Amino acid sequence: MVDSAHLSLHVPEPAVRPGGQPDFSNVKIAKAGSVPRPEVDVASEDIRDLAYSIIRVLNRDGEAVGPWAGSLSDEELLTGLRNMMKLRAFDARMLMAQRQGKTSFYMQHLGEEAVSCAFRKALNKGDMNFPTYRQAGLLIADDYPMVEMMNQIYSNESDPLHGRQLPIMYSSKEHGFFTISGNLATQYVQAVGWAMASAIKNDSRIAAAWIGDGSTAESDFHSALVFASTYKAPVILNIVNNQWAISTFQGIARGGSGTFAARGLGFGIPALRVDGNDYLAVHAVARWAAERARRNLGPTLIEHVTYRVGAHSTSDDPSAYRPKTESEAWPLGDPVLRLKKHLIVKGVWSEERHVQAEAEIMDEVIEAQRQAEAHGTLHAGGRPSVRDIFEGVYAEMPAHIRRQRQKAGY
Amino acid sequence: MARMTMIEAVRSAMDVSMAKDDNVVVFGEDVGYFGGVFRCTQGLQAKYGRTRCFDTPISESGIVGTAIGMAAYGLKPCVEIQFADYMYPAYDQLTQEAARIRYRSNGDFTCPIVVRMPTGGGIFGGQTHSQSPEALFTHVCGLKVIVPSNPYDAKGLLIAAIEDPDPVMYLEPKRLYNGPFDGHHERPVTPWSKHDLGEVPDGHYTIPIGKAEVRREGSAVTVIAYGTMVHVALAAAEDAGIDAEVIDLRSLLPLDLDTIVKSVTKTGRCVVVHEATLTSGFGAEVVSLVQEHCFYHLEAPVVRVAGWDTPYPHAQEWDYFPGPGRVGRALAEVMEA
Ligand SMILES: Cc1ncc(C[n+]2csc(CCOP(=O)(O)OP(=O)(O)O)c2C)c(N)n1
Repeated sequence: MVDSAHLSLHVPEPAVRPGGQPDFSNVKIAKAGSVPRPEVDVASEDIRDLAYSIIRVLNRDGEAVGPWAGSLSDEELLTGLRNMMKLRAFDARMLMAQRQGKTSFYMQHLGEEAVSCAFRKALNKGDMNFPTYRQAGLLIADDYPMVEMMNQIYSNESDPLHGRQLPIMYSSKEHGFFTISGNLATQYVQAVGWAMASAIKNDSRIAAAWIGDGSTAESDFHSALVFASTYKAPVILNIVNNQWAISTFQGIARGGSGTFAARGLGFGIPALRVDGNDYLAVHAVARWAAERARRNLGPTLIEHVTYRVGAHSTSDDPSAYRPKTESEAWPLGDPVLRLKKHLIVKGVWSEERHVQAEAEIMDEVIEAQRQAEAHGTLHAGGRPSVRDIFEGVYAEMPAHIRRQRQKAGY
Repeated sequence: MARMTMIEAVRSAMDVSMAKDDNVVVFGEDVGYFGGVFRCTQGLQAKYGRTRCFDTPISESGIVGTAIGMAAYGLKPCVEIQFADYMYPAYDQLTQEAARIRYRSNGDFTCPIVVRMPTGGGIFGGQTHSQSPEALFTHVCGLKVIVPSNPYDAKGLLIAAIEDPDPVMYLEPKRLYNGPFDGHHERPVTPWSKHDLGEVPDGHYTIPIGKAEVRREGSAVTVIAYGTMVHVALAAAEDAGIDAEVIDLRSLLPLDLDTIVKSVTKTGRCVVVHEATLTSGFGAEVVSLVQEHCFYHLEAPVVRVAGWDTPYPHAQEWDYFPGPGRVGRALAEVMEA
């Protein structure tokens, strides 16, 4: 007979809390260049290891090494660096604008710039992203005008969404950016549906789904994997593991599973982990997955391993739940600095040009901000009309809403 | 006795309940170490340990589903949904399961859970941080639905909810967390520390579920409201200089019909105010009860003031949120009729 001792509940806890010494020595990081690059038609059971390792291209010396290197030209890498710097400068200005009361809310990308910026470059025009709130790099890297992004953030008279959406919840069909929902994970399964539709219509366009590590706990994530796997949908299923979901460390959603990527294995979906702070690695893996989708080989799941350096949002105070120095201890470095170093090592960039580019980019962002603010901010200047509240609920305004609009005086 | 904010009162209710009964457990997203994004559970994990107050994965269906299982075992879970807007993934667990377990098992199993959530707008939260979904719960038989309007009630009602043998939805108007907001958004909010109803006893007390409270006596018209709109209704009556009686429902299901009927029978006029969307909102239920029970006493048609039939807009939220102006116009309308 088994001795039935007293049970006790296991509640996972992060290794350190504020005041403690950050320690990532338990995070196993594969050497750059060490993970093999299989053919895109590989069977998922033959690459199970890739769900546990980390694909990396840039080594400590700033060199691009291994089988995943070489997917980008110097020109493309310089553009990538510029896009990441732009996103960082954009964040800095908008964070400040929020602090100045020009908008209600903001969410920054600090430390995660490579993920969305590099990924966008593996997609084609017409492909569709179903993003969450930390992928503005998809728009920046597709040259969506920053002024429009700011108009949205300010909810001003030129806001393309007429002040209806929370700041940063952009939408642009033209730029392959599906309207963001504040309800986590709902869009993961919608991306699969979009991809299935593309397959039903024998189209060539593919979809990309986005989710955070914490949100993988939602049922919609699991529904998405079931449908993607069953119908071999042409979709790339991205998980951005930035270690934290507001105050909750990634172990709370991951539980006993080795990695988030490993969740794909039970569904027979090829699953890869990539160094999310390595622009070259993210791009190479995204391109691999996109090729699979385009060749009708079905879905790929990618876990981007990164770190959320900034606060969760402007309503959050990370010093209340993690050591202040934790981001510095993060072993995968800073995506901007790593690509910068690589380009310097290659001889196509320099410290001077970097400083100069930083200044140019900041000027560009400030100029965009000036233009946007000329159209108003949340509490001052031009604003969307109250009439806009009532428009667009339905294609055609029903009588009861028209009566309410009149009652409101518009 | 101390002056508390509504956040502190809610926390104190959980503290008192956890101290009194070690079957009470508290969990939800970010509620453990951090104490919740609004800090309602701050300090509870440190005091009661990790297995009585803990963080959950971001899975509302998981939170409510496991709460149901724990309740079946014999615990009393009091769970937090981070914003009412995120209740929907748990809707099946709530409506088909929690609400019906007692009935379908003939009392063999019961479901004494409390589901707390911040509701309502006025904080520039946009469409997904501003909703008032109470009507989605009052339409479900087997649930109880509570909306407090001040710290004193918040604590007494939450303790009553935790001690209740059935599932209780506990909606916290987040606009009232720090002070009684009267709808004049350009004016600074008076903190609860300056308000009588911020005075909250330290220990255990309960306020019965299903009892409304008359917040202002009057004889000309009855204004029926709950949550944030109680304060807006009081401000509107003040601004308009009308001898209005203001009823704070506190509990929507079960509803205190007696207090409503008594008041409308006296005044002969009635305005119902809520922040949620008008169509099929809880006001429709109140109006039909009033006409059913007070028809021969009514001197004017009953009027509703509510949020518009649109999603909650970010930038124009002060035009969405019913304020004293809109309530004042409705009062004038029923007084003239
Ligand atoms: C359905 C739902 N539940 C809860 C929330 C509240 N919420 C917003 S962001 C967040 C944390 C998300 O963490 P993660 O998925 O790891 O993404 P990250 O913010 O780290 O990028 C939570 C709980 C929500 N928006 N939607």
